[in-house]
Amino acid sequence: MTVATPTKTQYEAVIGLETHCQLSTESKIFSASSTAFGADPNQNIDPICAGLPGVLPVLNQKVLEYAVKVGLALNCEIAPYSKFDRKQYFYPDLPKNYQISQYDLPIAQNGWLEVELLDEEGNITRKRIGITRAHMEEDAGKLVHAGSDRLSGSTYSLVDLNRAGIALLEIVSEPDLRSGQEAAEYARELRRIVRYLGASDGNMQEGSLRCDVNVSVRPVGQAEFGTKVEIKNMNSFNAIQRAIEFEIERQVAAIETGETILQETRLWEENSQRTISMRTKEGSSDYRYFPEPDLTPIEVSPEQLKQWESELPELPAAKRKRYEEELGLSAYDTQVLTDDRDVAEYLEATIAAGADAKQAANWVMGDVTAYLKESKLDIGAIALKPAILAELIDLIENKTISGKIAKEILPELLEKGGSPKKLVESKGMTQISDTGAIESAIDEILAANPDKVEQFRSGKTKLQGFFMGQVMKKTQGRADPKLTNQILAKKLQG
Amino acid sequence: MASIRELHRQLTNKERSAEELTRETLDRIETIDPQVRGFLQVMADAAIDRARRVDAKIAAGEAIGHLEGIPIAIKDNICTAGVPTTCGSKILENFVPPYNATVIEKLEAAGAILIGKTNLDEFAMGSSTENSAFQVTANPWDLDRVPGGSSGGSAAVVAANECTVALGSDTGGSIRQPASLCGVVGMKPTYGLVSRYGLVAYASSLDQIGPLAGTVEDAAILLEAIAGYDPKDSTSLKTEIPSYYKALKPNLKPKRHLRIGVIQETFGQGVDPAVEQAVKDALTVLQELGAEVQVISCPTFRYGLPAYYIIAPSEASANLARYDGVKYGMRVEDAENLIDMYAKTRARGFGSEVKRRIVIGTYALSAGYYDAYYLKAQKVRTLIRQDFDRAFNHVDILVCPTSPTTAFKAGEKTADPLGMYLSDLMTIPVNLAGLPALSLPCGFDEGGLPIGMQAIGNVLQEQLLLEVAHAYEQATPWSQKRPKL
Repeated sequence: MTVATPTKTQYEAVIGLETHCQLSTESKIFSASSTAFGADPNQNIDPICAGLPGVLPVLNQKVLEYAVKVGLALNCEIAPYSKFDRKQYFYPDLPKNYQISQYDLPIAQNGWLEVELLDEEGNITRKRIGITRAHMEEDAGKLVHAGSDRLSGSTYSLVDLNRAGIALLEIVSEPDLRSGQEAAEYARELRRIVRYLGASDGNMQEGSLRCDVNVSVRPVGQAEFGTKVEIKNMNSFNAIQRAIEFEIERQVAAIETGETILQETRLWEENSQRTISMRTKEGSSDYRYFPEPDLTPIEVSPEQLKQWESELPELPAAKRKRYEEELGLSAYDTQVLTDDRDVAEYLEATIAAGADAKQAANWVMGDVTAYLKESKLDIGAIALKPAILAELIDLIENKTISGKIAKEILPELLEKGGSPKKLVESKGMTQISDTGAIESAIDEILAANPDKVEQFRSGKTKLQGFFMGQVMKKTQGRADPKLTNQILAKKLQG
Repeated sequence: MASIRELHRQLTNKERSAEELTRETLDRIETIDPQVRGFLQVMADAAIDRARRVDAKIAAGEAIGHLEGIPIAIKDNICTAGVPTTCGSKILENFVPPYNATVIEKLEAAGAILIGKTNLDEFAMGSSTENSAFQVTANPWDLDRVPGGSSGGSAAVVAANECTVALGSDTGGSIRQPASLCGVVGMKPTYGLVSRYGLVAYASSLDQIGPLAGTVEDAAILLEAIAGYDPKDSTSLKTEIPSYYKALKPNLKPKRHLRIGVIQETFGQGVDPAVEQAVKDALTVLQELGAEVQVISCPTFRYGLPAYYIIAPSEASANLARYDGVKYGMRVEDAENLIDMYAKTRARGFGSEVKRRIVIGTYALSAGYYDAYYLKAQKVRTLIRQDFDRAFNHVDILVCPTSPTTAFKAGEKTADPLGMYLSDLMTIPVNLAGLPALSLPCGFDEGGLPIGMQAIGNVLQEQLLLEVAHAYEQATPWSQKRPKL
């Protein structure tokens, strides 16, 4: 994003994201406690994640698998040999007062992901965003403060270690992002990827996906970066975009008025839609990293790597490309349909069962999505299986039923499933495409409304809709609308 | 106290019940320990309960294992479920672990009677057991002298016949040096042979649990019971554990030609002449037993001590960060805020040696110093390992004194930390290289204080070390001597 100013200096923002992504393992990264969200405080804990004396960590192998798969999906180099390190700092939510993390040998490095940006006219811009690294680490617990929302000023604070030791993958981007929109789209794409892999549920409200943003601005053309500010506390993609947009404006305004930008951490306040200063960084913290002696180095053999690579699903970017090129879907439709892997796979199964791609896409994006929202079901859980939807679409295509009838029987199919063909047959809802039957129905209607026929013929052509409605009413909506319209028009003209 | 083999014979022949043995042990502790002060806690009731179960088994005609009914003492940095585990520190004075260390699980499964928890230098940092926050343990051979450390309590109670065997932990010599000073057998196994799960960490890459015993045979039986792969310890080795006990033979003759290397750098300046002489005499005995003895140079040996005092405190500074007053253990009541609580809890909870090492470690890992200290020390560690590798191309076992001196007087070195550190000069390089080594009695000085000889083996050569030590022990009178209390 560039911001024009009265002095005509053009600024550009330089943005990078650090994303903490909780991995979807059943148990914690180094111990057996459950990772379930929402338990009562300190229920999902054990001597290891609580940092009792004498305990030792053992790496959950599923964590390594997820980390490698995410790394591969982000086009990273996977380290054949990496290790864990201790990152040391004191805080009550960190039971050992060091975090087991990865410092100089992360599991994945030097990757990229492609974001697809759509403007209002539906034009696509694609941009590659570099991934510096991804590394495994353990999450900290949570503090609940009494009398303040922060530690300072509270009368006491309680520690909940349910979250302590949940596996995290920290994914660091290159400072390749230039706007709030790009950053939000980057985060969305990251979420899609981890969800496609089943590596994380990416739930921002529950904190399983947390983005910290670094933003600086500089005059366009200047090579060196401006002073970087870190923003935290955004719990939606929109919040990421708005926080960055606010911050860019704030920094540009500050520079324009001759203020110095402080290297600091700022909090996004959702209510007031602004960032506020949280703490100023005086030099960089010294975490006194050193190799974790309780864990052996991590080795990923070429065979193992190949195995995990072969297990990767088709990823969102590849799906989008295929939908646009092979299915002829629009960029917008493609984005909507590929956002969730289950929805995309549902669509693909529907097409595989013989349905027309465009029709299937419309049904999935329209009525099916509406039903999912209303019923709060996952697409995999609804009774309308892809084959059923394909059959329904086929009934419309071959003119057995009209689209209107299809919509009428859809609720029952969504709730109970079953064969659409049998359903319309049992209800006598098949479409009337017989010219003779339609003609006789029209004749009856015209005979019963001579005055309206007269009005039509004297120029009130809008009345065709009235006659159409009457025919449909008479045939319980079963008359082929296209055919009915043609015959009706002919007969009305006399 | 009789050996495990003898006690086992008595138990199986019903000459004595396990309960009787336990009660005798408890009586002996009650009589003797006020002088020795080796135990921090005695678990009398639990021990008798356990002994009765062994007796029931014997009465039912079931076979019992070697350790069943045998009283054993546990260094108080090894977690025992439901029993306080203090690490000799005020900061953990009221800490009761909810879980057992893997070695405790193994001992309980083997039917051993856990008789009590023994004194140690706070968090196993020290060479005299004077750094305990609770009491000073005396050397049973001379109550004015230290038992060595940090497993001084375990060494002293075995030497004083207060129990048959004991577990210690060894980070830089903490089993071998007190074994030497108390005239008992002490063994540090290969790093990874015994699970560290439940051993309160001092320096994770160096710590190992091992046995202290009156004889090599008893040490072998105990080692066999506690060794083995543990999925809870990522650094534990996946290796078959041989029967160390069964392999012991009264002499070396049937064995292939044994080559022993004497480490040149461990003799001379700073080493008591009596210690030097005793070890040289021991080598003569070994030669008579059929070993070929040659002098071996390990030039990096002397860099072990400075490297250790970077690596161990660095790891300790992180390992001990968890004692902050938040979750368990001591917490001061008069703190103004969080930082103040951290500072006051740690200032009052830790003793001065622990603080000294935390400060050294914190400094060594700080930005700008890491390369010069921690990284350099790790390189030294690699050189030491390579030196040992070279030596083991020529010999099967390396021999040197365990400690440069016999037991020193309590208070003699407390004001001189560096002088105290020199006690571990001979043992530290072994931990840095992850090798197995044992200390066994090889004589007495003119004051009647025991002298220990250290035998170092290559990785996983515990069996060979025990065989050689056993043969030496059978050929010499030292193990039969016990202090008069």
